[in-house]
Amino acid sequence: MSVIEKLIEYFQFPMVRYAMIVGVLIALCSSLLGVTLVLKRFSFIGTGLSNVAFGAVAIAAAFKMNNTFLLSLPVTILCAVLLLRTGQNTKIKGDSAIAMISVGALAMGYLIMNLFPSSANLSGDVCSTLFGSVSILTLTTEEVWVSAALSVIVAAVFLLFYHKIFAVTFDEEFSAATGVRAKTYNLILAVVIAVIIVLAMNLVGALLISALVIFPAMSAMRVFKSFKSVTICAVAVSVTCAALGIIISIIAETPVGATIVAADIAGFAIFSCIGFILRKV
Amino acid sequence: MAQLVCQNLSLGYEGKTVISELSFEVNSGDYLCIVGENGSGKSTLMKTILRLKKPTLGQVLTGDGLSPDEIGYLPQQTAVQKDFPASVREVVLSGCLNRCGLRPFYNKSEKQLAEHNMEKFGITTLAHRCYRELSGGQQQRVLLARALCATRKILLLDEPASGLDPAVSGEMYELISGLNNEGLTVIMISHDITAAIKYASHILHLGGGSAMFFGEKSEYCKELK
Repeated sequence: MSVIEKLIEYFQFPMVRYAMIVGVLIALCSSLLGVTLVLKRFSFIGTGLSNVAFGAVAIAAAFKMNNTFLLSLPVTILCAVLLLRTGQNTKIKGDSAIAMISVGALAMGYLIMNLFPSSANLSGDVCSTLFGSVSILTLTTEEVWVSAALSVIVAAVFLLFYHKIFAVTFDEEFSAATGVRAKTYNLILAVVIAVIIVLAMNLVGALLISALVIFPAMSAMRVFKSFKSVTICAVAVSVTCAALGIIISIIAETPVGATIVAADIAGFAIFSCIGFILRKV
Repeated sequence: MAQLVCQNLSLGYEGKTVISELSFEVNSGDYLCIVGENGSGKSTLMKTILRLKKPTLGQVLTGDGLSPDEIGYLPQQTAVQKDFPASVREVVLSGCLNRCGLRPFYNKSEKQLAEHNMEKFGITTLAHRCYRELSGGQQQRVLLARALCATRKILLLDEPASGLDPAVSGEMYELISGLNNEGLTVIMISHDITAAIKYASHILHLGGGSAMFFGEKSEYCKELK
């Protein structure tokens, strides 16, 4: 059986089609804000927040909640707001705050999962929450719709606030001094980041989210030089890598999240080479 | 009423007072130069005027109908900007943001204003170049064009000539002086007392925790002698 026939056969299943749609949408959203996060020196906030989301999911599972979004989303948003706020005062404080919250939430999450196991296969549960191993293929229709809707909202918010996000990222002080509501836009940024993290947990799991946020932005920054072109390129890279990663994982039967991240790493290597050559020419 | 009045200002950070009992006024069309040693509170004072910091005592009042979205500011460069992928046009245009309010995109007149200001400072040909790859003098011109997009009345500058070679910083001072002649109020922080005396109309000399001198330039020159 050829590879293409195998793919066609797999795409007969609605679950695979859903996984593809949701995966591409999540990749699109996460890359949109990657540029801002990298430039604001907040690369690590993805890791921190995803661990918080992991803790929240563990608690939701312990309480036997059907839809873990209901708990993980508000908790993660709250932490994002708190973290971005402390990050503004001093750098060191922000750094250690992220580290504390992130390992703290991870430990508490694992502890709660052990105390109140929701299924017999505990290590399987933990593994799929951390690495998103198969969860993208086991999404319920409801979860697919929620993910799709949130992705569209995130993309719309980014588009509407595009110029404002650029201004507060490039020079927050200038924006605030000239009467732009920099604090409000930072808050919006925090909320949007939290939503993306919770969404992306389904795709690549808590531990690999940062890769989804950072790699496309870094790849694009190797080659392009304006904010607009970097953003567009990051989205293109991210969507391509996610689609490729999902397809490869189906054919080669590898874990979805890790395969997507591997594709992102390959993309980064290619763009680094292109950037190097362009600078030499 | 004066455009900007500072009344009995006390400034400080982390519980340490840097300046106390500082009072001065800036009228429309003035060119005020703030000079003083490192650590005398020049930048803190400017941030207070811009309402980025609260004074520990006293207040900053604005008159002549000056509102926050009519202030232009040229800050010192930050570390973030050194590797920021942004074209010159994007940076200049971002100065127009305070005119947008809730509107998500720039309108035609704002884009024209950005073009006009780029032309004014001779950076139109650089419009699509990357900001971080420009020379120091070109970068300052870009930031000046952005500041001018944000203001109609008053321009605040924090060490606009720092890190520039003498010829380029001379050009920078001439540009700023030209803006002042067009009627814009200018408040500038500078290390360079010679330039301050050459261009400013008023001098505020900070030191020892308060104003050592505030007044017109001619009087300042007399005191120096």
